[in-house]
Amino acid sequence: MNKTVNQKAWFLVLPVLILVAFSAVIPLMTVVNYSVQDTFGQNEFFWAGLIWFEDMLASDRMWDALGRQLMFSGIILAIQAPLGIFVALNMPKSGIWSSVCLVLMSLPLLIPWNVVGTIWQIFGRADIGLLGYTLDALGINYNYTQDTLDAWVTLIVMDVWHWTSLVALLAFAGLKSIPDAYYQAAKIDQASRWKVFRYIELPKMTGVLTIAILLRFMDSFKIYTEPFVVTGGGPGNSTTLLSIDLVKMALGQFDLGPAAAFSIMYFLVILLVSWVFYTVMTNLDKQEG
Amino acid sequence: MAKITLDNLAHSYLPNPASEADFALKELNHDWEDGAAYALLGSSGCGKSTLLNIISGLLQPSQGRILFDGEDVTHAPTTERNIAQVFQFPVVYDTMTVQDNLAFPLRNRGRDEGYVAQRVQDIAHMIGMEGVLRRKAQGLTADAKQKISLGRGMVREDVNALLFDEPLTVIDPHMKWELRTQLKTLHRDFGHTMIYVTHDQTEALTFADKVVVMYDGRVVQIGTPEELFERPEHTFVGYFIGSPGMNVIPAQVQGNRAVVNGSDIPLGQAYRPPEGKVEIGVRPEYARLSQTEGLPVQVRRVEDVGRHKIIRADFFGQDINIIAGEDDHVSADMNRVTFDADHVNVYANDWRVQGEAA
Amino acid sequence: MTDMTASKVSSRPRGLLRINSRLVVMTLYLVFLMLPIYWLLNMSFKTNSEILSTFSLWPRDLTFANYVTILTDPAWYTGYINSIIYVTMNTVISLAVALPAAYAFSRYHFMGDKHLFFWLLTNRMAPPAVFALPFFQLYSSVGLFDTHIAVALAHTLFNVPLAVWILEGFMRGVPREIDETAYIDGYGFGRFFVKIFMPLIASGIGVAAFFCFMFSWVELLLSRTLTSVDAKPIAATMTRTVGASGVDWGVLAAAGVLTILPGALVIYFVRNFIAKGFALGRV
Repeated sequence: MNKTVNQKAWFLVLPVLILVAFSAVIPLMTVVNYSVQDTFGQNEFFWAGLIWFEDMLASDRMWDALGRQLMFSGIILAIQAPLGIFVALNMPKSGIWSSVCLVLMSLPLLIPWNVVGTIWQIFGRADIGLLGYTLDALGINYNYTQDTLDAWVTLIVMDVWHWTSLVALLAFAGLKSIPDAYYQAAKIDQASRWKVFRYIELPKMTGVLTIAILLRFMDSFKIYTEPFVVTGGGPGNSTTLLSIDLVKMALGQFDLGPAAAFSIMYFLVILLVSWVFYTVMTNLDKQEG
Repeated sequence: MAKITLDNLAHSYLPNPASEADFALKELNHDWEDGAAYALLGSSGCGKSTLLNIISGLLQPSQGRILFDGEDVTHAPTTERNIAQVFQFPVVYDTMTVQDNLAFPLRNRGRDEGYVAQRVQDIAHMIGMEGVLRRKAQGLTADAKQKISLGRGMVREDVNALLFDEPLTVIDPHMKWELRTQLKTLHRDFGHTMIYVTHDQTEALTFADKVVVMYDGRVVQIGTPEELFERPEHTFVGYFIGSPGMNVIPAQVQGNRAVVNGSDIPLGQAYRPPEGKVEIGVRPEYARLSQTEGLPVQVRRVEDVGRHKIIRADFFGQDINIIAGEDDHVSADMNRVTFDADHVNVYANDWRVQGEAA
Repeated sequence: MTDMTASKVSSRPRGLLRINSRLVVMTLYLVFLMLPIYWLLNMSFKTNSEILSTFSLWPRDLTFANYVTILTDPAWYTGYINSIIYVTMNTVISLAVALPAAYAFSRYHFMGDKHLFFWLLTNRMAPPAVFALPFFQLYSSVGLFDTHIAVALAHTLFNVPLAVWILEGFMRGVPREIDETAYIDGYGFGRFFVKIFMPLIASGIGVAAFFCFMFSWVELLLSRTLTSVDAKPIAATMTRTVGASGVDWGVLAAAGVLTILPGALVIYFVRNFIAKGFALGRV
């Protein structure tokens, strides 16, 4: 569409601007404020320069959390992307079963995140949970509160359970938009199933897939509730991901300075990935239009 | 190249068809000659795409057989039938170059690269796309993509028939003419059996040796464009072909005269009294407006189309059209019309009745 | 006229194998998804003693007691009511401000429009953890702590950009000629927007509403941080139960099941739009 230049459009955007500014800018200013100040307590602050940032960059705590986070996000992406595509390729495209699949697959996406955590917390227990009980009966030593590996596996499986449907649904939407004529032509050209996937299905899914992967990366990067409910960040701090660590610092220990510096860094990473996302999205839109 | 035979072929999309109305394609017995160019003409929903898809193997007929050179291929998959199909909108593999697109069918069948390169070169030359072989197929125009589709269909030397399903629908009007000409040239040079589905009579009449007209799932007439024009076997053919189409007037027929509202119209042949709904059909080109001779008619409107004039008139309460030459004089006091007896056809229940020499 | 179904028939021998592998994959996946939920359901119909003493795949002594507890105990059911209140408020507010903004983005160029859009996007991506403490202080300072409106407003942080994004996508599909025709016909902007434009993007509004509902309903961190008693959401009620000794598993499970219900209902009603919304790739 041809957009005309019209500065009066700002009036239409004003409500959004005010609301989001209130929600975002003001708190962010607070955070920036705290990040460069220190306190004697009793709400008295003084300028502290960049010491919080220096501390943070030097501290193991931050780098460990970041490392864990990157590993977590990396692993779940490596599982969710191919699995999502695979499921999308197998979903029925029409008929009653298509609706059934869509509804059932969307269900995990709409469960409050703490309930997701609760479900898996229960599921994994040896005394009352199906998974825990079964593993125990098979003789496998499984305890997600005490064993680091078990905790990680549980969190990863939980996240895969929770979010794969999103990737699958997005990929499915891309697949569904492929006209039948392409499949018919491929038949006539005697293309193998793999070639059909590579030359017809994958190119058409690339757009939605990129968005799905970026979204999943960003959302997994800020995950808090689900792992917190299941492991609380433990055992020890082996599953303390970035958000969990930050909340511990800010609301738990009330270490405002370090928490603020941490927040800024966190936010910068998000900003970077957002920028990538935005660029990809506008390029895709340009291609389609 | 192959001769295609349809044997008792019919198709219904419903699992248990009860009556004829349930069949999208009614029973068909027909031979498509080897090397001929056919047009499959009809309005939307008449079954032409169904028939095309049965021929190509994308659809299994619910009844009857289809034979290629005498061999029953009814249950053979598309890949074994060696046909090529060009669809309504261009199907190209966007991520591949033009060259790879053309080579795709050959590579899938495991031909060696030397042979593939040669064929791709030949075909590219044929469709005039040698210069863009290295370009990615994605950014090309619609007509270029359709040419690639066409090329991909022809790159296999053993192709039995080329099927086209309304291929020029998305092409710009000025490119349509060029592509049509190219198709005709290809047919002349290589002699493939070609079946071209369209709802556009101009496309059909200019492309084909023989036109197959379909209506309501049935083949109503097969003939050269001339035969379709002069002797439409079905009122639909008369109405669909020609612009404007044939005038169809209810009448009673006795011997070599037709009676409309008590007035006599001479016929070129004699007819036994037909049964059912009786009508006569005469094309506007064979009707003449005059001042003195003929039956009463009331002129309502004259449209000057440039090359000729179309006169809309009222004939005993029926709307009819008359075509007059560009320079013919038309005036308000011309209120009589004659029909050229040799070109008046008689129809009973929409089907043409054959007469005897008068 | 599609031949997809027919093509399955034409390659019969291979086709049979194909259908089977699809069926297997989908069945396995759906079972994987439904099993934990089923387990929760299972537990919700058992008494605490049964849960802790025996292990069974279905309730031996089916009981509705857990649900009765939730539906009659104000400590529990107010949680649901609170959640529904702020989620609805949030959806309404988000849509109300997003509609004109999306319209502006879809039809006009204006100074800084690309930067504004990008900035909105970053808010969608913002980690709630970063905002937990600042929000706590902000809303406390304006006296809105522990109110529904606080949570509703807090959630607009990520829901408004999402709504703008989705709506803009749908609005782009409506040609400008419609706007111009309306103006020629004498419609003022307000009347045009409500009577003509909105019905055209009805499915877009539906999709945006669905996602606003979804993301606000599931979010825990901010909704718990900003509330204590009056506006406590069900999520908070549930998490405060866990950790205490002698956890009432049955009631907890029932509470969990009840939180899934609104989601399931909403999905069912918008199932036809889900595909379209996802197709825009804007979730």
